[in-house]
Amino acid sequence: MEYFLQQLINAVTLGAIYGLIAIGYTMVYGIIGMINFAHGDIFMVGSFIALIGFIICVMLGIGWVPLAILLVLLLAMAFTAVYGWAVERLAYRPLRGSFRLAPLISAIGMSIVLQNFVQLSQGARPKPNKEVITGAIQLYEANGFAVNLSYIQIIIVIVTLVLMTGFTLLITRTALGRQQRACEQDMKMASLLGVDVNRTVSLTFVMGAALAAVAGMMFLLYYGLTDFFVGFLAGIKAFTAAVLGGIGSLPGAMLGGLLIGLIEVFWAGYFSSEYKDVAAFSVLVLVLIFRPTGLLGKPEIEKV
Amino acid sequence: MAIATADRARPHVSLDWPAALKDAGVTALLAAALGIFIVGFRTVDRGVAGLQFDYQVVDVVVACVVIFFGRLALTAAAGGQPVPALLIGAGLLAAAQGLKLPSDFLTVVTSLIGVALVLRGLWSWLRRSEAGARIVADASEQFGTVTRQAFPWLGAGLLAFAVVLPFLPFADQKVMDLGILILTYVMLGWGLNIVVGLAGLLDLGYVAFYAVGAYAYAILATQHGWSFWAALPAAGILAAMFGVLLGFPVLRLRGDYLAIVTLGFGEIVRIVLLNWVDLTEGPAGIGNIPSAQILGHPFTPNAPEGKTPFHEWLGLEFSANHRLIFLYFIILVLALITNAVTVRLRRLPIGRAWEALREDEVACQALGINPTNTKLTAFAMGAMFAGFAGTFFAAKQRFISPESFVFIESAIILSIVVLGGMGSQMGVVLAAILLIGLPEWFRDLGQYRMLAFGLAMVLIMVFKPKGLVAHRDPTIHLHPPNGRRP
Amino acid sequence: MNQPLIQVDHLTMRFGGLVAVDDVSFAASHRQITAIIGPNGAGKTTVFNCITGFYRPTVGRLALHHDGREYLLERMAGHHIAGRARVARTFQNIRLFPGMSVLENLLVAQHNRLMLASGYTFLGIFGAASYRHAEARALDKARAWLDRIGLTPHADRQAGELPYGLQRRLEIARAMCTDPLLLCLDEPAAGLNPRESAELNQLLVSVRETERIGVLLIEHDMSVVMAISDHIIVLDYGRKIADGTPAQVRADPAVIRAYLGEVEEGEASHG
Repeated sequence: MEYFLQQLINAVTLGAIYGLIAIGYTMVYGIIGMINFAHGDIFMVGSFIALIGFIICVMLGIGWVPLAILLVLLLAMAFTAVYGWAVERLAYRPLRGSFRLAPLISAIGMSIVLQNFVQLSQGARPKPNKEVITGAIQLYEANGFAVNLSYIQIIIVIVTLVLMTGFTLLITRTALGRQQRACEQDMKMASLLGVDVNRTVSLTFVMGAALAAVAGMMFLLYYGLTDFFVGFLAGIKAFTAAVLGGIGSLPGAMLGGLLIGLIEVFWAGYFSSEYKDVAAFSVLVLVLIFRPTGLLGKPEIEKV
Repeated sequence: MAIATADRARPHVSLDWPAALKDAGVTALLAAALGIFIVGFRTVDRGVAGLQFDYQVVDVVVACVVIFFGRLALTAAAGGQPVPALLIGAGLLAAAQGLKLPSDFLTVVTSLIGVALVLRGLWSWLRRSEAGARIVADASEQFGTVTRQAFPWLGAGLLAFAVVLPFLPFADQKVMDLGILILTYVMLGWGLNIVVGLAGLLDLGYVAFYAVGAYAYAILATQHGWSFWAALPAAGILAAMFGVLLGFPVLRLRGDYLAIVTLGFGEIVRIVLLNWVDLTEGPAGIGNIPSAQILGHPFTPNAPEGKTPFHEWLGLEFSANHRLIFLYFIILVLALITNAVTVRLRRLPIGRAWEALREDEVACQALGINPTNTKLTAFAMGAMFAGFAGTFFAAKQRFISPESFVFIESAIILSIVVLGGMGSQMGVVLAAILLIGLPEWFRDLGQYRMLAFGLAMVLIMVFKPKGLVAHRDPTIHLHPPNGRRP
Repeated sequence: MNQPLIQVDHLTMRFGGLVAVDDVSFAASHRQITAIIGPNGAGKTTVFNCITGFYRPTVGRLALHHDGREYLLERMAGHHIAGRARVARTFQNIRLFPGMSVLENLLVAQHNRLMLASGYTFLGIFGAASYRHAEARALDKARAWLDRIGLTPHADRQAGELPYGLQRRLEIARAMCTDPLLLCLDEPAAGLNPRESAELNQLLVSVRETERIGVLLIEHDMSVVMAISDHIIVLDYGRKIADGTPAQVRADPAVIRAYLGEVEEGEASHG
């Protein structure tokens, strides 16, 4: 029971991180109907910028942890967002209207570019970060097994919830959200009605990248390290989460993230940690076969 | 007036210099934002002190300056002003060669950008005048027809070269290794071309079948004593069965979903290979895999009892190169078989159905074609050839581990197919030579190889989405172009 | 022949809350051109998609009869409807194989027969004589259709390069190459000029006469419908509002109402 509870806490934390990345996939897929294969690597870049930010904070002597986290969060979001924008501008925008697989192939190319760019400039070895937040609340202890809720976990879940709520409001209440939804429905029509499609798509990528940066920072805080390759697996799992929840749906992305977190953590905790990634992939395959619209997705009617 | 008449080919856009400068400035600023942290602050692990910075801000500044001028030159050229583009291009080239830039990488990239800008400037200078525009148009048209006519000859020439290569004086061990490497990728490219190029199914896990073939041979040979020739068909069939097994549930999926799922399958296979230690020896890999033999004659200085080594059998001096030459011909023949089968299949109903499926799946269904079965055959075919190639790989390397079968291999094979021009057999050959051969020759490029790879994938999609060889010949003619069979 | 070629009973198709087709029944016969007409959004294409297996009807029975056998289309996989029940179709927004040649388009249409002749590729790959004969026959058939639609000179061009009107005709020829018993044409005259439209009429009438098959036609162009149809079904808001010969339908008040809008005293018919 104690073990189960602890695993549950860990799973929710991991799920929050996946969910944040998944939002980026889901928004981009919703608006231009393509898998932004490089999104996982944007997340990785976000974690690196956060890492560099923390080191700078230490050098500048910013010792108060909440301030440091806030500063680094803003820094990472801002500069990772530029990556999101640049990727869209360079690799996807010129391909709008090209053949079906073109953007996907170019996205894979972009993913390789980002990975190798970071590897070349930052080195291939994992980069450890000094522990920024320590400590935990001991929920209770029984049978010699303590159930802990660490401060990092609390922060991760709270930040995720706040951002989630903010984004849902943004999409449902603001003009930008309306324009985004209009582009999702019919890009040509939206542009005829005066929606600046390019700007809307760019902003979608920017927002997705900013959220991925948040996830990157949390990942760094939670695991204490990052490297140039973390985006690959995290990206695939987050994509799985987006599909599981129903691609195009924001709450779906969160739900999917949570489920993938649960599956992964419990599989590792109760069966074998070697095959935890296999479990996540298998879920992806099963979902796509049996419920391709995901849990919260709308059914898609193919027009013939 | 003069401008209007002189420039029917390409109307002059009078260049708005302040706007162009601003645009270039914004581009440089964006580049600075991209580079400042990731490049400017290189983190270095200093043991107890933890991570510290190794500042490379100068690099970023230099890069931004280059980007500023590059962008300016491009805008100018696009606006019909070749002179600034030419000047800036030459200037960058001179700066790269004359000044001492902070890194070799910057020197190389700046020079390349300089050359590209000069070419771009020349191009727009040519197109400025009507005569120049005509020359450009004529030349590109002629180039098109000449290359198309030369194509069969190019193929024959390359084949002849491939056959005589081992006997040429410069064919040392290094050349043979490279030849084998390129041919392996050509074969893999041809195999994947069936799946991606013909059937239009984006398979990102192709390397899994390569792995199945390699491990099948490695296990059959080391644990059950199978010979290469006995294991080759078995491994191919096994890989094809894997293709069917994996393909069956997922082939109904839409293109990009299929891509992600195949990627997932590729990773699952790799993870299983890593963790099923009893069978695969896990991350340590399988070593001492017997190489291929010719009629039971091994390519070793001394044969085990009851066998004659190859060189004694033919009465030659022992040479390590014999084995390589032999392997080279095996992969050459395997690749040619792959090509022959593919070319043949394209002319059969199944091949036409693959291409039809790529063009329009809904229409296929309306014509009574079973999409799932048709895709499955393409998947299995592609997998089988990957299995053959994998067997060869294991026999050549004599050691395999899951390291060799990572996603990036799938991406490389895919980019060969895409760069070549999806569906084009000749394109695969050219792309494999370009993508595998060139980087191996220019060893210096080594660490930047993958970066260049990724960039190439993006640039090809942006500028030439149909690949090097975009031309498709119909599989059958009603009016044969030059008296071939009707 | 008393039994109709296809008998549609109580066909209903719902998408979520939307009822696109509501309890529609009709029959179409051999050697007749049956037109389905109605205003935009009346559910015509949905009926087609149910018949040709692209949608699975929510309710309904779609029975195709030939050679004394009955094929229940609502239970068959899409490609079997074309392959076994021999129902062929064209699409509103032409779906050729644009990158393949015109001739190849017509050969792909004969896929199932050729596949069998090629021994599921195993015989074909070794160039068996039986396959070569089958391919020659397939070529003859393709050639005959090319002649008939006037595309012989363009046989080796890419289908996607053809002008629009020729693409329409090629799509019909391609559908005919599957040897259908029922040919479903979704707005074949859309986007054609009057001359092309007249040629199309001729082609459809000659298909009905020489091939002895049933033709099911969705069309907006009333001149086409009235000129060549033997039997017309009118849909409005997913329901059948009229069914009869062109003359009967033309005189039907419900049809006039649907096309010309509500008359002042007419009751609001649907929500």
